[in-house]
Amino acid sequence: MLVNQFLLLGAFLFCTGVYGVLARRNAVMVLMSIELMLNAVNINLLTFGYLHNAVSGQVFALFIIAVAAAEVAVGLAIILLIYRNRASINVDELDLMRG
Amino acid sequence: MLENAYLVPLLPAISFVVILLFGKRVKGGSAVHWVGITAVGVSFVLSLVIAVQWISRTDDAASAADHGTEEVHVEDEGHSEETDTHEEGLGFGSSDLGSGTLLGAAEEDDHGSVVADPVIEQITWLQIGGVEHKAGTYVDGLSAILLVVVSTVALLVHIYSSEYVRGDRRYVHYYAFLSLFTASMLFFVLSSSILQMIVGWELVGVCSFALIGHWWEDGANSNAALKAFLTNRVGDIGLLIGMVTLFFATGTFDIFTINDMIAHGLVRHFLLVVAATCLVAAAMSKSGQFPLHTWLPDAMAGPTPVSALIHAATMVVAGVYMIARLYPVFYEGFAIKTSSINLLALVGGFTALMAAALAFVQWDIKKVLAYSTVSQLGYMVMALGVGAWTAAVFHLFTHALFKAGLFLGAGSVSHSAGHTFDIREMGGLKKHMPTTYRTFVICSLALAGIFPFAGFWSKDEILLGSLEGQQNGYPLMLIFGCAVAAMTAAYMTRVIWYTFHGEFRGELHHHGGGHDPVETHTEEHHAEPHESPKAITIPLIILAAGAVLAGLANLPGPVVEVFGADGFAHRLQTYAEPSNFLGPLGIIHPDPSLVMALVGLALAVGGAVVTYLFFWKNMGPHGLTERNVLARKGRTLLENKYYLDHLYENVIVAFVKWPLAKAAYWFNQNVLDKIVDTAGESARDGGQWVYTHIDQAVVDGAVNGAGTAAGASGEGLRVIQSGKVQGYGALLFGATAVLAIIFMIVI
Amino acid sequence: MIAQNIAFGIIATVTAVSAVLMVTTRNVVHAALYLVAVLASLGALYVLLTAEFVATTQFLVYIGAVMVLFLFGVMLTRAPGGETQSLTATSWPVAFGVAAILAGALTWALLDQFGSDELSENPVVFRTADVGDEIFSTYLIAFEAASVLLLAALIGAIVLARKD
Repeated sequence: MLVNQFLLLGAFLFCTGVYGVLARRNAVMVLMSIELMLNAVNINLLTFGYLHNAVSGQVFALFIIAVAAAEVAVGLAIILLIYRNRASINVDELDLMRG
Repeated sequence: MLENAYLVPLLPAISFVVILLFGKRVKGGSAVHWVGITAVGVSFVLSLVIAVQWISRTDDAASAADHGTEEVHVEDEGHSEETDTHEEGLGFGSSDLGSGTLLGAAEEDDHGSVVADPVIEQITWLQIGGVEHKAGTYVDGLSAILLVVVSTVALLVHIYSSEYVRGDRRYVHYYAFLSLFTASMLFFVLSSSILQMIVGWELVGVCSFALIGHWWEDGANSNAALKAFLTNRVGDIGLLIGMVTLFFATGTFDIFTINDMIAHGLVRHFLLVVAATCLVAAAMSKSGQFPLHTWLPDAMAGPTPVSALIHAATMVVAGVYMIARLYPVFYEGFAIKTSSINLLALVGGFTALMAAALAFVQWDIKKVLAYSTVSQLGYMVMALGVGAWTAAVFHLFTHALFKAGLFLGAGSVSHSAGHTFDIREMGGLKKHMPTTYRTFVICSLALAGIFPFAGFWSKDEILLGSLEGQQNGYPLMLIFGCAVAAMTAAYMTRVIWYTFHGEFRGELHHHGGGHDPVETHTEEHHAEPHESPKAITIPLIILAAGAVLAGLANLPGPVVEVFGADGFAHRLQTYAEPSNFLGPLGIIHPDPSLVMALVGLALAVGGAVVTYLFFWKNMGPHGLTERNVLARKGRTLLENKYYLDHLYENVIVAFVKWPLAKAAYWFNQNVLDKIVDTAGESARDGGQWVYTHIDQAVVDGAVNGAGTAAGASGEGLRVIQSGKVQGYGALLFGATAVLAIIFMIVI
Repeated sequence: MIAQNIAFGIIATVTAVSAVLMVTTRNVVHAALYLVAVLASLGALYVLLTAEFVATTQFLVYIGAVMVLFLFGVMLTRAPGGETQSLTATSWPVAFGVAAILAGALTWALLDQFGSDELSENPVVFRTADVGDEIFSTYLIAFEAASVLLLAALIGAIVLARKD
């Protein structure tokens, strides 16, 4: 197996995630795309752990999963709050910070 | 004590915390000054102990060298381990430079005097990427002098302030920051690594900001604080770049190792030039050198004791201290030994001359003193630029004492004469305030460089250094120095005339728009100006005594021989000069010259006499500025401070903002519209906007430049601020990707 | 070796296709299901990389817990008007451009750096016990921090989502 086949898959997933974050209007979908990016990072960590015979790669991947869970919980709570207040979770309508 | 020097900054730091946390609980804060005075007092004693121990350490090293000169040289390698057992904490074991010279207990410089190695105590502070960053204390002659100067002035200012700001509504805040400043400055002085220096440098800057803006209710004061802070930021960029360059050049942040490597020629010259130039920029802002000096006179908006402590005696010499501490960088970087003009000397000399001229036209006594400070700082920088290291440090030492005395004197005058600093509203105070008058005159004489006061000795050494300092001498600097000597004497005579002689011209009002609105001051009105209380006069007397006696620290040899005390010559040079660096660099100490001393004295006396005749005897061309166009124009130029503030605010800022606004606008038109989909509306508005603002404003020219440009850049950048998180995200990821590509191409 | 390559081919195809569908579909619930597919196939990929414990955790935490959260989120925030609104913003070409530039940069960097380097065929296989040892020795503080973070997230989510 090539190193690059894993890394390139990770890169592709990451860019798909970036596209999702930037292009999707629905806030929940944005959060999902962020999960995609986080998983792309996990692939890299595990690949490098495999490459260098280091257990740290797996440890970091586990930490990322834990942090991602926390992020989703808080993120969804925020989205829920936004929905209650504005009856919409379209990110492009949220521009209170407009200069 | 040399190993435990960390106590010196620690005590004021504790005092800061205590005052901040508990200050208000004690009698509503009215007794809070005792905390500060106690802490700084102990620091002062410890500093004296350090200085004394350093002197005896140097003497020990000297006598050891006398007894075994041969052995020292033969067994240099082994010797270092034998005698340095008291330096276990030195922390250079890991240094890859483990040569004998690095830890040699004592080396002889070209004068045969011997200086002990600095006492360095370090702990590992941070370990990143295999590099250990150490923090600790670095005690040698230079830091010992600075410790004594800083703690002395700080102690006196703490005492003085207990009367001067008594009853102020932010009394606790004031003392807290005074303590924090003292702690930061002492910390800065004791830094053993340049990282630590940066920390101390920024800390004193923050304290300066807080204390200049102490009475921030007045808009002018908070503006002055902001100006000081922002101007200093400009130099701080230079500091950061310079320090990082030094790190890349030497691979360490450690001051001792850096100096040692440079002194032994292990560092590339080009990197030194870059580092030295950047560090000069830092010194320009902190030590008020042309053209970044404009914040210093404005900083006089702060309380007068603060001006004395921070903006005359201690913080503003931080730049000079930094240059002196890292002197090999500058000496090698600017090739001071062989050139006859260099950036450091030029900046210093020009600043000295220019600020001295400005001091003539000020009506605010504190501003006269402020420009005088700028001028004297220029003198020190110039001295460093011509290779007269000892002279610069000596002048720093004497100047701190007499300039603090002058500022405190000015505060005393204003405190009693109706809270004004305008010398046109003073006059005749000689008979009302005899103590203040005497101390002020003594300090002025010291500043003017009149024999035998302190300033005479240090100024003489600087002039001597520029006359025949290094291989070529610095003729231009000598001319600058001589001119400044005469001008200093003249403007100080003018101030004394206006303040203390003639008739009293002011009115006694306590809240009449003075610069120091001590609003809650509850003293009864006095019928006439009166002498200040003891808490004010005693520091004045002590500083005046210092102004008389400080010259003893470094008397030239021939003078000492007259009194038959040979061992008393060049004490400061013997004890303070870090010969282990300056020796290998080949610094030249010029021999004392009676002619130079007489010329310097004659110039000072001449300047004073001319002014004396002008004011007291009413001689000379009075009303010249009314009659002569050239003189009038010169005066206008000076009164507008060479239009420097004008240049900064109206030309440079506008100039920066214009292209920025245009660039932002172009970005808006060509890139962002497509990104954020706001094309239709903003394009039409934008076209209109280009017509009304850019066209009209270009025609209007620089008059409305600054204001319009500020609006323009805001308007242009506003479009990016769509408030849409995905727009920001697109910019973020796009910029990152583009930067990554650039990075990959470059690497 | 060939078996592994074939496995990778299948997994990668499923992952990539599901990911693309996820960010382009017009239905939120479908998107969530595609995400499940991506996460599951990634779990298989982790097994291929000899990280069994991570793969298990992936299934338990992501597919078991996080996805349920997502589905709740989707249902609680369904717009009153139904699915009429487009899920993709009108500025999607910009997003596509940015993603494409990023992909180009990453691909270039990876090909430049690793070329055709091979992964070793007999790697050191870390057992779950090894992972545990590492977490509770070297990364003990990070572990504690992560637990505090989870607690904070728990409380934060409750506080934010609570009706009051």
